[in-house]
Amino acid sequence: MRFVRKKVTQLLLVLLAVTFLSFLMINLLPGDPAQVICGISCDQAGLDQTREDLGLNDPIPVRYVNWLKDALTGDMGSSAINKQPVSDAIKERLPVTLELLIYSQFIALVVAIPLGLIAAQRSGGIFDRVSTTVAFGLLAIPSFVVAIVLILIFAVNLGWFPAVGFVPFTENPAENIRYLFLPALSLAVAELAVYMRLLRTDLISTLQEDYITMAKAKGISSRRVLMRHAFRPSTFSLITVAGLNFGRLIGGAFIIEVIFALNGIGRYIVTSILSRDYIPVQGGVVVVAVAYVLINFCIDMLYAVIDPRIRHARAIA
Amino acid sequence: MPAPSPEFGGESQAPGSEYFPESDFLESGSMATELVGPGGIADGQVRELEGLHILDPDQVPADAIKKRLGLGFYISAGWVALVAIMAALAPYLPFLKNPSKVSSCLKCSASSAHWFGTDALGRDIFSRIVWGGRVSLTVGVTSIIFGLIFGGIIGLVAGFIRGRTEGFLMGCMDVLLAFPALLLALAIITFSGNNTVWVISLAIGVGAIAPIARLVRASTLITGGKEFVLASRTLGASQARIIVREILPNVVLPVLSFAIIGVAVAIVAEGGLPSWACPSLRPPPPGAA
Repeated sequence: MRFVRKKVTQLLLVLLAVTFLSFLMINLLPGDPAQVICGISCDQAGLDQTREDLGLNDPIPVRYVNWLKDALTGDMGSSAINKQPVSDAIKERLPVTLELLIYSQFIALVVAIPLGLIAAQRSGGIFDRVSTTVAFGLLAIPSFVVAIVLILIFAVNLGWFPAVGFVPFTENPAENIRYLFLPALSLAVAELAVYMRLLRTDLISTLQEDYITMAKAKGISSRRVLMRHAFRPSTFSLITVAGLNFGRLIGGAFIIEVIFALNGIGRYIVTSILSRDYIPVQGGVVVVAVAYVLINFCIDMLYAVIDPRIRHARAIA
Repeated sequence: MPAPSPEFGGESQAPGSEYFPESDFLESGSMATELVGPGGIADGQVRELEGLHILDPDQVPADAIKKRLGLGFYISAGWVALVAIMAALAPYLPFLKNPSKVSSCLKCSASSAHWFGTDALGRDIFSRIVWGGRVSLTVGVTSIIFGLIFGGIIGLVAGFIRGRTEGFLMGCMDVLLAFPALLLALAIITFSGNNTVWVISLAIGVGAIAPIARLVRASTLITGGKEFVLASRTLGASQARIIVREILPNVVLPVLSFAIIGVAVAIVAEGGLPSWACPSLRPPPPGAA
């Protein structure tokens, strides 16, 4: 429990720091939010009035505390351009990004885990070498290139999947998966190469542990040793990196979101930056940072589930 | 991992001592003693010395030497060298055309005049790729060097000094990691008001600081617990000397291999920036010289 308390304190501190920094940064950026809200034809008196209304004349720390108070009650302001409340926009867009990421991680893990297991079982063998080469090849291709090639093959030539668009999961789950398949695959291609390599490397070192020799000496089949004894302790790096990727991609999948015309969080932040609409940027950053920190927290918790030794070490400490 | 004993915690260092570590405990007669004498030597020579130390056979794992470099290595290395040389010599290569010069040949396919064909404005695609490669390579290498300098120092200090300093530095790194890297990059580019290669390198390099700092810290923790560091400390070596002579050479190898992959990641990241922010993707106006 002490561990959880410590982690939660850390989590809150990081969140405060991130939100304050992003607030500061957005305020330092060139461009005047009052000008955006008031319009181009606004005169000086109108500008001053807008600034006063928005509280832009207060010092930055005061404005930050005001923003934080509102944000804690769920009010993150609204866009200066289309007047849509930021919390509504996030509610609308977060599911799109989350579904996309869940599908892509699912594809990546489902492909990478069996390949990693096979490669590690016969390390240095023909399968290991071929899969290594292919993995590096996949890693070298940027996701936007993969996306365009996939659209060309599966959407334009074969017509199996739609190239752009989105159907909410609640409306039609099958269509939802069909629409998100190509974007999820584009993200998964580079990830599965990384996951496969990580799992393979960790498995090979786990397989050299004494308890594996012990298990083999007991006469357990090598397949069972791999699945029941070696796999679980070898998933640390895999889980860490998969979690970090997930957190990073919540804001970072915007290229894929733009290519496939998905209204995700990343695209929301980028279009807001480009149109100098800073209140949504602040809201988007909070969502991304919260997600990132929470995912890290979950990974730390998962370590204890995977490896009882960590649980004991924490209980003692 | 054992924490460093407290008596080393508050030891203050004379300015510049990291460049002129006390030579008293070097094996007498070694080249290092002669070079790092009290008389002092130029910075460049110290770096060369460090280079020698890294390449010291004892520092390289035995199997790394035995392992032959296969055909794949030479093909890859040759390709990288070809790309780098072409990019470096682009202004002097006779077969390259002006990348922004338009010709009457629009959307031509590959020919002897245009090796990769031409684009919609009639510009030679091969020349544009080579010139674009200059930008990509510069951004990739510069941004990682930037990340290495800051991340390396932070990681070394955090991993070696431990305690509150480590907690604070790594907390800062957590904040940096939680911050969306893309937003940070866009903010730096927008704030600086221009999109030169250096600004973009800086914007991407900031994203490399935290991962590198974490890796350096981890390697420093592992190396710091080894016997030879304890031996050096027992002999009375200063903190700066232990960091530079004992820890750094052992941290450099894993970090360097990470950094080289980082160059590739940075190049892809630069390609992913929106085109208005990215010099290599921004098409010059038609007809520009």
